[in-house]
Amino acid sequence: MSHTADAHGHDDHGHGDHDHPPFLAHHFDDPEQQFDSGKLGMWLFLVTEILFFSGMFCAYALYRARNPEVWTYSSQYLNATLGAFNTGVLLFSSLSMAWGVRCAQLRQRTGLVIALAVTLGCASMFLGVKAIEYTHKWDIGLLPAGAYETQSLPLAHHEGLSPWLYTLSYIPAACVVGFGIWYLLTLVGGDRRRSEVAGPLLVTALCYFVGVGIGLQFQEAEESAHSNHPEAHSTEHVNGHSGDGHADEGHEAESHDEDTHASDAIPAGTMVSTGETSEFDVVPGAPSDAMVDQRGGAGLFFSIYYCMTGVHAIHILAGMGVMVWLLVRATKDHFNEEYFGPVDYVGLYWHLVDLIWIYLFPLLYLIK
Amino acid sequence: MPVWQLLGVFFALIILTLLTVFQSTLDLGNLELALSLLIATVKASLVMLFFMHMIHDKPLNIIIFLSSFIFVALFLGFTLMDAAGYRDDVELKQVDSPRAVAVAEADSHADDENHASEDHPADNESDSPEEGE
Repeated sequence: MSHTADAHGHDDHGHGDHDHPPFLAHHFDDPEQQFDSGKLGMWLFLVTEILFFSGMFCAYALYRARNPEVWTYSSQYLNATLGAFNTGVLLFSSLSMAWGVRCAQLRQRTGLVIALAVTLGCASMFLGVKAIEYTHKWDIGLLPAGAYETQSLPLAHHEGLSPWLYTLSYIPAACVVGFGIWYLLTLVGGDRRRSEVAGPLLVTALCYFVGVGIGLQFQEAEESAHSNHPEAHSTEHVNGHSGDGHADEGHEAESHDEDTHASDAIPAGTMVSTGETSEFDVVPGAPSDAMVDQRGGAGLFFSIYYCMTGVHAIHILAGMGVMVWLLVRATKDHFNEEYFGPVDYVGLYWHLVDLIWIYLFPLLYLIK
Repeated sequence: MPVWQLLGVFFALIILTLLTVFQSTLDLGNLELALSLLIATVKASLVMLFFMHMIHDKPLNIIIFLSSFIFVALFLGFTLMDAAGYRDDVELKQVDSPRAVAVAEADSHADDENHASEDHPADNESDSPEEGE
C-alpha cells in the first residue's frame, strides 16, 4: 500500500488514485499487455510440459521399437472400451472448458460456473474410470516390471470389488460427505455464493463414483465376454505349445532380421545366447508368449503404461485444483470482457492434458 | 468463438475417436501405427486450432508452441537412431519373475508326460526353464 514502492516511473499508477481497473497489476501498462504476457508465459509452460512428456514417449518408442511383440501381447490386457469412453469424457470436458472461456469473455457468470462444474465433473469421472482400470490390473498382477506376475498361471478368482478400489475411494467418499454437508449448510444459511462453490464440488466428488460405476459395467461386460480366457490360457500351456504357433503367425509379417534382433531384446532363457543358431525349429527369434509374459517383457510395458497414464492422471488432478480456484473466483464475479486471462490460461493447460491423452489412447490401448 | 464451432469441433473429435477405434480392428500391419498416429494428429490439430484458439492467437505464441514439436522430433529421432545403431551390442539382463519360472517348470513337467504322444519333441518352452534353474 506504500507509495514509495512506485517511486520509479509509475507515478500515475500509485495505489492511492484508483484510476486503473482492480485486476490490473501495477507492472503492466494496460489489460492487453497483462493478458498477452500471461498468455506467452502459459504457452512457454506448455512447451516445457510437452518436452517433459516427450521423455516418456521416447521410452515408449524405444522399447516398442525393440520389442514389438511385447507391446502387441500386453495391449490385450488394456480395456479399449474403457479407454475410448475416457477419451470421450476428456473431449467433452475440453468442450465445456472452451465454452467456459467463452462465457468468461461474455461476462456470463452462471454459464462460467456451470461450464467449470461440468469440466470438473468430467475430470473426476475420468479418474473414476481410471481407478477401475488400475485396480483391476493390480488385482490380477499386471504391475510394473518389478512386481509383474506372469499371466499364464491361473489366478485366484476375485469376488466382488477390489480391495484396492476401496483404498482409492476413501478420499472421494470423504469429499462427497464433506462437500455434501457444506452444500446443505450453505443452502440452510442462504449463502448463495458459497452454495455455488459447494454444489459443483459435490457434483465433482459424486462424478468420481459415476465413473467408477460406469467403469465397473464396462469391466464386467469385458470379463463376461472373455470369461473363459484364463482357463484357456493355462490349458494352452499345459497341453503343449499352441501359444508358440500363435506368436509365430503374428510375426510372419516382420522381417527375419527384425525378429532375430527382437529375440535379443527378450531376456529369456537360451534365446539370448544362441541368437541366429537357436535350436527352435520355428521362425528363429520369434519369442513365445511365455517369454513375453514376464517381468522383463510385459512387465516393462506396464512400467511404461503406469508411468505415462499415472503422470497424466496427476496432471488431471492439478487441473482440477486450479479449476476449483477459478470456480471460487468466478462466483466472486472476477471475470469480464477485459479480464478473463486466468480462465483462458487454465483452458490452454486443460486442452494440453486432453491433447496428450489423444496420443496416449491409440498408442497404449489400440495396439494389435 | 461461436457455439456452433465449439460443438462442431467436439463432434468431429468424437467421430475421429470412433474412427481410430474402428481402424484398430482392421489388420493393416505396419500401416496401423502410422494411421492411428495420423488420426491422433488430426485430432490434436483440431484441439489446438479451435479449443486453444490458435487460429486467433499471436504468431509468436504459435511459433513458440510449435517449436516444441521440433525439439521432440530431434529428441525421439536421435534416441531411436542411437538405439538402432547399438542394438546388436547391448546386452540385456535376464529378469524372470518367480511365477514365470513356475510356469516353465510346469511346462517341462507336462512335456515329460506328453513326450510319448507328442510328435515334435524339441519344444521351445521346455528349454527356457532349465536356464532359470
